[in-house]
Amino acid sequence: MTTIEAGVPGRGTRLRGGVERALAAVTTPLLPSDYLDVIDPLRSGAGLRGRIESITPETADAVTVVIRPGRGWRGHVPGQYVRIGIDVDGVRLWRAYSLTSGPRADGRISITVKAIPDGVVSTHIVRRARPGTIIQLDQATGDFHLPAVAPRRVLFITAGSGITPVMGMLRHRLAELADVVAVHCAPSPADVIFSAQLADMAGSGRIRLIMRHTSTDGILDPAELDHLVPDWTARQAWGCGPTGLLDALEERWTANGVADQLHTERFRAHVLVTGEGGEVSFGRTGTVVAADGSTPLLDAGEAAGVLMPSGCRMGICMGCILPLESGAVRDLRSGAVTTAVPGDGVKVQTCVSAAAGPCELDI
Amino acid sequence: MTVIQRRTDNPVEHLTDADIQAIGRELDALRAEVFASLGEEDAAYIRRVIKAQRLLEMGSRGVLLFSVFPPAWIVGTVGLSVAKILENMEIGHNILHGQWDWMRDPDIHSTTWEWDNAAPADMWKHSHNEVHHRYTNVVGRDNDLGYGIMRVDEDQRWTKLTLGQPLYNVVNMILFEYAIAAYDLELGAYYKGKKPVDEDFTRDGRRVLGKIGRQVRKDFLLNPALAALVNPFSAVPAFAATLAANVVANLARNVWTHSVIMCGHFPEGVATFSKTSIEGETKGEWYVRQMVGSANISGSSALHMMTGNLSFQIEHHLYPDMPSKRYKDISPRIKDLFERYDLPYVTGPLPKQVFSAWHKVVRLALPNNAFGRFNRAPAWVKPSSAQAAALTMTVGETPAPEGDDSLAA
Repeated sequence: MTTIEAGVPGRGTRLRGGVERALAAVTTPLLPSDYLDVIDPLRSGAGLRGRIESITPETADAVTVVIRPGRGWRGHVPGQYVRIGIDVDGVRLWRAYSLTSGPRADGRISITVKAIPDGVVSTHIVRRARPGTIIQLDQATGDFHLPAVAPRRVLFITAGSGITPVMGMLRHRLAELADVVAVHCAPSPADVIFSAQLADMAGSGRIRLIMRHTSTDGILDPAELDHLVPDWTARQAWGCGPTGLLDALEERWTANGVADQLHTERFRAHVLVTGEGGEVSFGRTGTVVAADGSTPLLDAGEAAGVLMPSGCRMGICMGCILPLESGAVRDLRSGAVTTAVPGDGVKVQTCVSAAAGPCELDI
Repeated sequence: MTVIQRRTDNPVEHLTDADIQAIGRELDALRAEVFASLGEEDAAYIRRVIKAQRLLEMGSRGVLLFSVFPPAWIVGTVGLSVAKILENMEIGHNILHGQWDWMRDPDIHSTTWEWDNAAPADMWKHSHNEVHHRYTNVVGRDNDLGYGIMRVDEDQRWTKLTLGQPLYNVVNMILFEYAIAAYDLELGAYYKGKKPVDEDFTRDGRRVLGKIGRQVRKDFLLNPALAALVNPFSAVPAFAATLAANVVANLARNVWTHSVIMCGHFPEGVATFSKTSIEGETKGEWYVRQMVGSANISGSSALHMMTGNLSFQIEHHLYPDMPSKRYKDISPRIKDLFERYDLPYVTGPLPKQVFSAWHKVVRLALPNNAFGRFNRAPAWVKPSSAQAAALTMTVGETPAPEGDDSLAA
């Protein structure tokens, strides 16, 4: 259920607040929005959602998803990403994707998703999602974008789906960019997302495109930049791709004393260590304890003096639920592992869950 | 085994420890199987029910704005009654059990849901999920056995006040949502001085009163007032008609939910347990207690929906956090388990079960066997406790205490 946010006091908001309270008195214990959501989930004032309007293949394992955001969408700066919540097998999962859409009069936005092996959400979006699906949205965020005044000389270095935020920038601001070099790496020509549009931009001379097919040419070594882009130290650079590539770029830029000219975006493949037991942090209490794989988090917290909410202690009353901020826990009944990354706040029953790696509970 | 069944035909007496372990393993495996198969269809189901309920409620309230016209009054009142019942049973009760928590949808989650009922959700979750579902049918522990105002088991103490319990139950039925709120607040224990009136009570009491106030304002003031506004030339009759409709809808919901819930554990043939019998109880024994401590209602899909699938009370008590939609699917397998272990699967149509529960309330208003045949339990159910204790007491156990900290006014 949504909560009414306290507005800044002012005559308008006070009046609106009064109307909202009056309506809420009629709909209690729900809020008016709970009823309105049934009719129009994308209306203004609703929790931010979007509707998938189309899904178009880019490569064999990547698609572009066009989304009509709800009225509360505040727009984005090209290069930023958006967190989306989508129901996969009935379970809501959140992931972040770069916005790839260019300027659109109809206000639609798009993300481009590449199915990664074992990627539950990306695989679902690429293989199974259908137009018409309602998804949850957060506002766009991230500081991987061009400055308001475009730099004279720009270098983009991307690999794989790392092209996605850069394509967002190119589609919006290519006209302002006088001198662009784009170095893009992908295993083979068939794996290049946006290959037609990149070729088009290169063909008309608006960018200099350097394609690197890593399955035949090997991965990019930043040392090669000296002959690929001789003036690279004179350029503002934006890099996006796997951690290995970004680490290598940062090393090179730092070695040349131009680290402040490099901007990177890391698509963290949150590698979660899962195993038996782990270090459990009890959020705001500051308590951290090592717990084994068979001790319920509830017991571990109580033993450490944390005031844990509790109930039946057998997994049926839901009185002990806390949000898992990050890390991995295992359900002691089924063995199923639940993971979370910051922002997820997946709620877990602490009386029947044990640490399956380092984890943090919000308490 | 630790279960003491004070019946001449103790329904679990023939089970060996190995049997109980095997039952536990089988039920754990079934649970795992169902939870692993939860998916899109289940999620779509609960969203569909919520959507339908909200549309029905909005539609009914819309129609009731014109309830000065008798056909509108009838349609609106029936619609609102059904909407309230769906909201409390298939939606509220089940969401508050955490049956849909696996979806990770913050709008349909046991920690965020609030229901259209006088009892605040979190207080109800404590008394229902934590106490009743854990201590199901344990005399002196499970306050749902008579709700602290009635004697529904031979082993509960009889006093002169018990004579009035058929009347208490009628009042309880009519005011059920408020009775539940008072019950969650443990009003009885405070009243009797068993719990000191402290800050907790003041705080919880304020919350209950606040919730009741908001509910009353919505149903009995604002909605009738809206009808009066819409019908400026017959404002008073419009207010009165809509108020009456809301009163009837609340009453219908109270009577219906009370009846369904009585059928869960009160009908004849359902077993109860002594406090000592659950000391050191294993998971298998807990399952067996739920199996013989609950009763189902047979009927159509519509009946199951309107009872929030509490018609599958046995399945619900085995797996309180399993999505209600699945109870029907696993029911044949649960029944088969009962048959294989020769356990009584108590079930029957709604009128029969309601009658059986009421019969027990009336019968036990009198002392055990006070009037010979009239208030004796059917032969297959239960002899007097002293007689039963002598017959089936497990060696080394002491007699169960006479429900001293439970009921009987």
